[in-house]
Amino acid sequence: MKIAVDQDKCCGAGQCAMLVPDVFDQREEDGVVVLLDPAPDDRLLPDVEGAAAVCPAEAIRVER
Amino acid sequence: MDYPFAPPTALEPPAEWERLRAECPVWRVRMASGDEALLLTRYEDVRAMLADPRFTHHLTRPDAAKLADSETGGVFNDPGAAGDMTRGEGHRRWRRMMSRSFTAKRVNEMRPRIEELAHGLVDDMVPPADLTASFGFPLPVFVICELLGVPPEYRDRFSHWSDAMLNLTRYRQDELDTAAREFHEFMAAHVQAKREKPGDDLLSELAVIVDSQDGRMSEAELVMTAQGLLVAGHETTANMIGKMVAMLLADRSRWERLVVDRGLIGSAVEEALRFDANPNFGIPRYVSEQVALGDETIPAGSTVITNIGSANRDACAFADAADMVLDRRPNPHLAFGAGPHSCLGQALARVELQTALAVLLDRLPTLELAVPAAGLRRREGLVVGGLEELPVRW
Repeated sequence: MKIAVDQDKCCGAGQCAMLVPDVFDQREEDGVVVLLDPAPDDRLLPDVEGAAAVCPAEAIRVER
Repeated sequence: MDYPFAPPTALEPPAEWERLRAECPVWRVRMASGDEALLLTRYEDVRAMLADPRFTHHLTRPDAAKLADSETGGVFNDPGAAGDMTRGEGHRRWRRMMSRSFTAKRVNEMRPRIEELAHGLVDDMVPPADLTASFGFPLPVFVICELLGVPPEYRDRFSHWSDAMLNLTRYRQDELDTAAREFHEFMAAHVQAKREKPGDDLLSELAVIVDSQDGRMSEAELVMTAQGLLVAGHETTANMIGKMVAMLLADRSRWERLVVDRGLIGSAVEEALRFDANPNFGIPRYVSEQVALGDETIPAGSTVITNIGSANRDACAFADAADMVLDRRPNPHLAFGAGPHSCLGQALARVELQTALAVLLDRLPTLELAVPAAGLRRREGLVVGGLEELPVRW
């Protein structure tokens, strides 16, 4: 799995950091997404895909 | 067709939604003011519009539809509500400055305090009780007051001011003007007090930013921000706690399932947000240039209302859309909007709703409605949907 985030689009909703804290975090100063792990273990795929699906800014892309 | 539509009961969606989604995705409706707007009801259209910059916030334009029957047209049309920070690059700067207080990490740190407040409220409840007045309303108000650094003793006045700001039908123009002036005076004085005696809160932090005069935020923007956050934190989550508990108790097998499986609290909260048949009036936008939407054309100068409640029940977007599925995942509902303007406080709202539900399940597992679900009444005229009261016993 390969993940890409678009920090420009990100609106700082924090859903990804809430759902998969091992993969996503937020910058302390403005809440913008930080990708902690662009290629996490495939066990996390459902969670990561879930985070991408609920991102209100559609700022997360996941490639299997 | 007059808008908003009348629902069969407080928890059920109006019959018009399903028909409009199927047959008339862009439909002309008449507001309380008599002005007309175009209503969008499909998930795909609502989601696209919420994120599309051609659907602007310029509802102060003379040709924009007025939503309320008062002279200024209410909270969405009032020129005071518009400004550089509400759109485009100005909005982006404002949003990024505010977001730091609403990150997942920051709001998770608030969990123990929210839990403590929730327990305190349950301690004071005696059956039968109105869950809205005794729990649903006070909890988010305490939380937002603490976050902003505003004394909760002023709660009753906040209620009146925010109701005046968000009610589209109840008040005369002079009453609205008085409420707006009082609210502004209170907040301006309060910001000044924070300067003299700063605390560990958001308003004190923002006052320092304003005083640095580096162009990030002006005094007027600070006062408007404080008012906006107080109102947003006041009405939305408060009403949602009541509606969420009502939905879970209306079919008590839902509540019972959560009593035995707390692991479902997170997804149940999301599903309650999706299933809410009375989330809000709809999100209005002014269309700046002609837009093609499927087979339809929306002319420049139109006012469009997106119906989030209808979008969230669209069978094209959600399997078993008409059922409340407590373990639905993922749940890309639009209760907090979508795109750059999606709700700033959504992580806080989620933590408040999850904590409220967890505390109620722990403390009042035998909770049940004290009236038939069909007898619950909606609050009328508000931009944000809610129940008048939620009579419960345990």
